[in-house]
Amino acid sequence: MNTTFIRKFFYGDIPDEKGGESSYEVKQDTTTWPLWEVFIRSKQGLDHKHAGSLHASDAKMAIENARDVYTRRMEGVSIWVVESKYIHATNPEEAGELFEPAEDKIYRHPTFYQLPDEVNKM
Amino acid sequence: MNKDKIDFILSLADSSLILAQRNGEWCGHGPVLEQDIAITNITLDLIGQARCLYQYAADHINQSADQPVNPATEDSLAFLRTEREFKNCLLAEQSNGDWGQTILRQFFFSTYQYFLYQQLKDKGTDTTLSAIAEKSLKEITYHVRWSSEWVIRLGDGTEESKRRMEAGIENLWPYTGELFAPADYEEEMAIDFKTIKTKWAEKINSVLTEATLTHPDGGIFMHTGGKTGTHTEQLGYILAEMQYMQRAFPGCEW
Repeated sequence: MNTTFIRKFFYGDIPDEKGGESSYEVKQDTTTWPLWEVFIRSKQGLDHKHAGSLHASDAKMAIENARDVYTRRMEGVSIWVVESKYIHATNPEEAGELFEPAEDKIYRHPTFYQLPDEVNKM
Repeated sequence: MNKDKIDFILSLADSSLILAQRNGEWCGHGPVLEQDIAITNITLDLIGQARCLYQYAADHINQSADQPVNPATEDSLAFLRTEREFKNCLLAEQSNGDWGQTILRQFFFSTYQYFLYQQLKDKGTDTTLSAIAEKSLKEITYHVRWSSEWVIRLGDGTEESKRRMEAGIENLWPYTGELFAPADYEEEMAIDFKTIKTKWAEKINSVLTEATLTHPDGGIFMHTGGKTGTHTEQLGYILAEMQYMQRAFPGCEW
């Protein structure tokens, strides 16, 4: 069975093959489960942070797998999972036009302002 | 503490330890990496329960009238008792079979443990035991949840998974009756096995129904004897492997 997947880049990896397409054809392996991304909120943290990915057949199993794989050393108090194919990523080949224009705009950092003494706790 | 109480605690510990040893056989052989980790996590929970209970039993054995020459420890209780001295339920020692049978064994056992430990927690006459029960219940609640999900997934899965689950139920069902038949040392423990049995059956039925599975109705022969030391042939092999190191090299550590 052929299924179109959204192209996914892991942790900013640039793929070896000449990239650029937003989706590609892969032969779906019916003997493996879909990939899920796991987000964990730690006790101190306010936001869920990407912890990694795992395989599971459905959302329930993904949550349970995430509990066993990513929270066994008391890492978290809350888990989110999302099937990896639903995460859309920027294309590394477009990194230039997307991110480089910000490089020479250092004035966007709030470091050029004289702060009044009254707010020196900032 | 009287001997009945010590035997009772040992039987709780033995069931957890022997099931842990069985589940441990999956380590490195799970169907997928995530489930390999899941089953070994459960195994470690069970070993933790067994350790608490063995330590508690050892304390009381060492204070009792017929205290042994060498003081009992959690290790001596786990590694230096013979097959006849082990009081685990027969269900815990049954072989892993396939993944489906392992899941069913865990589901039947954890559900039983859940309702039994509820009573130990609420009884309140023995604060140590109820504290151990309370701590264990958090783990057990997850074991019930995890195994229930798998029973449903496999029972209501493919033709092949359903067939395997049906075979698993057939293999294990005859060992479920013993759970609710009090051994002589359990008579005085003020545990309401009838209530446990009713609640256990309700939970099992609701999950099996959702899994489109059935279990044998009454009237089939139920094996007993594990709680009083008369085991199936399985336990000898388990102990041979588990105790080999301490038997061959007494007191060895690493």
